[in-house]
Amino acid sequence: MTSSALARSPGASADNTPEARQESWLAVWLRGIAGVVELEVRKLWHDPTEVFTRAVQPALWLLIFGEAFSRLRAIPTGGVSYLTFMAPGILAQSMMFISIFFGIAIIWERDLGLMQKMLALPLPRSVFILGKALAAGVRSLAQVVVVVIIALLMSIPLRWQLVPLLGVIATVMIGAMIFASFSMILASIVKTRERFMGLGQLFTMPFFFASNALYPISIMPPWLQVLSRINPLTYVVNLLRGFLVTGQVNAPADFGILIAVAAVMVILATWLYPTAIY
Amino acid sequence: MAEQGALPSIVSVESLTKYFGSKAAIDHISFEVPQGEVFGLVGPNGAGKTTTVKILTTLLPSSGGSARIHGYDVSRQPGQVRRFIGYVPQALSADGDLTGYENLLMFCKLLGISGTERPRRIQEILEMMGLTEAAHRRVKQYSGGMVRRLEVGQAMLMRPSVLLLDEPTVGLDPVARGTVWDLLNNFRQQYPLSILITTHYMEEAEALCDRVAIMNHGHIAALDTPAALKAGTGKPEATLEDAFRYYTGGHYEEEADYRDVKRTRKIARRLG
Repeated sequence: MTSSALARSPGASADNTPEARQESWLAVWLRGIAGVVELEVRKLWHDPTEVFTRAVQPALWLLIFGEAFSRLRAIPTGGVSYLTFMAPGILAQSMMFISIFFGIAIIWERDLGLMQKMLALPLPRSVFILGKALAAGVRSLAQVVVVVIIALLMSIPLRWQLVPLLGVIATVMIGAMIFASFSMILASIVKTRERFMGLGQLFTMPFFFASNALYPISIMPPWLQVLSRINPLTYVVNLLRGFLVTGQVNAPADFGILIAVAAVMVILATWLYPTAIY
Repeated sequence: MAEQGALPSIVSVESLTKYFGSKAAIDHISFEVPQGEVFGLVGPNGAGKTTTVKILTTLLPSSGGSARIHGYDVSRQPGQVRRFIGYVPQALSADGDLTGYENLLMFCKLLGISGTERPRRIQEILEMMGLTEAAHRRVKQYSGGMVRRLEVGQAMLMRPSVLLLDEPTVGLDPVARGTVWDLLNNFRQQYPLSILITTHYMEEAEALCDRVAIMNHGHIAALDTPAALKAGTGKPEATLEDAFRYYTGGHYEEEADYRDVKRTRKIARRLG
């Protein structure tokens, strides 16, 4: 037994150890977020099967749906081929699919007791939400790689420059944070896996189809246009399509909206997250 | 180690109450855990033990009364309280996808233990828990007893003043249970750490605890050393289980609902 170091009086223990040093609030916060992200990435690293299985879906959308609809020529794409038009939409979609089911991990971790243990750590609770939301972003970046590879293989012409690609990465990260936080809010409210899966399915459909991922907003009936304009996925697609296809990006407005939505979602999720164990 | 009135209380609970709807899960309970004591909350499922622990670990807000750890109020200063507690929840909480070493490493990082200090502390915990050989195996492949030891180790990483263990041996086979008991008994001999343990196994309370609070329907029916509790029944060969019946005036009745049973079975299944 190497007991010497542990055998100090409890009164002294928590004050003398490094973790009790007077760290600034910001330092604790950043350290916590980094820790949670690393934890999630390590888990993914140990079992990357999901990364590969998830890669199949965007491939199928582009190959089957994309190829078939290219023949139709019924959708105004602004002068580019339909495949080119929809590639950013499919990227946004696969980011959303991954992120919107991210919250199930909360229910799983609650059942396991992992969440209880984390919440009893001396860390602000927002680090768990922000860390997980960022991890969903990292997770979704794998999809960027997949879509890029498929696009190259199918020779879909996209703008392959550094700055647009950095913009794509930023957009996917923020989009993933929005949908992952939304998902964690749902999970904290419904608390069981069965109900969560049902709701997740229910939400993916309108998010995807009431957006400009597969067709421009202009072809929609007015009521659907309204729905699309309050759908955060629309702004994600705007940015992605701008960066990858048209080269015309309204970055301040679209990023501004997405960051504001992300902030609201993270705050709500932080507030609701601890109630998942009640 | 029971009579240590001079030592400060690490945990002090006064008139603590928790309602779920109109039902009181715990109803005005009070107790103190002095430094260095192993204190047991004993009772059937549904007696209010886990609820008490969740309030003490700042996971659940209380409905009334007060609870302090190291002088800090759990509802008003939860951030301070969390610096002094090591918590091992009832369900298995080590991350199965990571190795034992990684579980400890990630906890070090989350706790802000410096990079130079980490290897020493992890090594120390691995040795103490007898997990050095298994350190780089994934926790999924651990036995139930090993997972529990790892979890106690994680909770000890930050050198808490009080270790809160919620049903630490539920679902373990007798051998594994024995190892966990030995480990905890070693702790109490070597460190001035206080331990608060909940259990519905009477023999566990007897093997580990300096003092035991018998809980039933959210009340503390009796609180004393196991020996005194048994002596109080007036029968010389009384077991702690007899004492429980004596003080609660009833029989050892499980009040667990469907959810409790499901959870306990799930833990048992994961332990294989």
